[in-house]
Amino acid sequence: MFETLSLYFSYPFVRYAMIVGVLIALSSSLLGVSLVLKRFSFIGDGLSHVAFGAMAVATVLDVANDTAVVLPITILAAVFLLRTGQNAKLKGDAAIAMISVGALAFGYLILNLFSKSANVSGDVCSTLFGSTAILTLTRADVWTCILMSVLVILIFLLFYHKIFAVTFDETFAQATGIRAGAYNLLIAVVTASVIVLAMKLAGSLLISALIIFPALSAMRIFKSFRAVILASAVISVVCASSGIFLSILASTPVGATVVCMNMAAFALAGLVGVCLKKT
Amino acid sequence: MAQILCENLELGYEGRAVVRDLNFEVNRGDYLCVVGENGSGKSTLIKTLLGLKKPMGGEIRFGDGLEPDEIGYLPQQTIVQRDFPASVREIVLSGCLNRTGFRPFYTREEKKKAEDSLERLGIRMLEKRCYRELSGGQQQRVLLARALCATRSMLLLDEPAAGLDPDAMQEMYSILEELNRKEKITVIMVSHDIPAAAAYATHILHVGEEPLFFGSKEDYVRSGTGKKYLSGPGGETHV
Repeated sequence: MFETLSLYFSYPFVRYAMIVGVLIALSSSLLGVSLVLKRFSFIGDGLSHVAFGAMAVATVLDVANDTAVVLPITILAAVFLLRTGQNAKLKGDAAIAMISVGALAFGYLILNLFSKSANVSGDVCSTLFGSTAILTLTRADVWTCILMSVLVILIFLLFYHKIFAVTFDETFAQATGIRAGAYNLLIAVVTASVIVLAMKLAGSLLISALIIFPALSAMRIFKSFRAVILASAVISVVCASSGIFLSILASTPVGATVVCMNMAAFALAGLVGVCLKKT
Repeated sequence: MAQILCENLELGYEGRAVVRDLNFEVNRGDYLCVVGENGSGKSTLIKTLLGLKKPMGGEIRFGDGLEPDEIGYLPQQTIVQRDFPASVREIVLSGCLNRTGFRPFYTREEKKKAEDSLERLGIRMLEKRCYRELSGGQQQRVLLARALCATRSMLLLDEPAAGLDPDAMQEMYSILEELNRKEKITVIMVSHDIPAAAAYATHILHVGEEPLFFGSKEDYVRSGTGKKYLSGPGGETHV
């Protein structure tokens, strides 16, 4: 087994996949705790569908750097969803459902109408489930990913206490002069960026699993915000790296394998949580 | 000068006024109870005092060394908080955030302040416990400790007794009374339980019903509105 692995790791694309996978897992798990606790889990899901629609547009337009198209559109959608969450006219969950299904349909439609590729359903499948995308990363992709993950982690470290305050009690935070609106916006923008990043690893249908599962697993066991954040980061990184290993060894799709590892971790954490409660 | 002075305040939402011509002042050491029916504009008044909402008319002035972001606020509990994984210490510390500005960490002074306010409320031993595993009364104390971190001189409480059992409720009221009498912390409390809330107050503000009432508790007891709301089913007063 080790020989197979060391053979694989002599290929740069496997190393790239590993670096990118771990970084994405780290940044998405940090964010996930806040999103889950704020009851925003579905925003991640909605945004990933928007990202799929944007990716379809980028493919059809044949843009060289698709992130340049996908990122701004997803960020815009994030800001819009957050705004409607606050105004009561169009209820938050309805808006999310509407946008995500709409974007999915629109993306699939234009891919079918305008794509020059011979294998449209293969393209769609890999965008949705991220089957091979992570193994075809270029050096530029890897650097973009490293840069953005570092940025996400830095933002998180700098604003950790504010993010805690805004997540736990928005009204109190606002009353003591914290600009909660601005921090919500920051969270939305960072979420959008992480989703665009993570699309390469898990594909747009599976991303929200990377965001919510580590946080939920950590919350089964740990009882303080800091412990939950740290545990969620560790769980996410362990699941992502072991998932990537497994997928290489068993030649399974990367995204789905990582998500399954996360599900296993969740089940395990649930068990540990129950045992801890009994003692 | 008064800590808070409200002149001809007009409050409401979506362009519809709920309260008009609201005039009152709060001085250091006062214990003001804001009472009124549900929907009478109590919550709107709180939001306006905290600066989360602009008044539709009139003016609020802060004085006597009170900054608008230095009011220690005790909000009603939200659903999110019931299963929130946070230690008591983390929550109480977050009350110090209004002093940190762009600094991403807490100083030793701020940590000391958090410990002090835990001590003052007698919950130092809960410091490491998880918030969601505490009883309702303990949770309220934690939030009160957080509010004390955010302020030097004024607490604003939104239905602090809601959802508490009678014992915990009584305890909450006596903690507030002690903070008010011993440490001269101004208390503004919103409540719809008029008799219980009024028992400890020095001043009463009754909103919703015309005419509005603002004055000392003694005057309130003698006024028409006061008589109507304070008399129990048997006709005797609770104060």
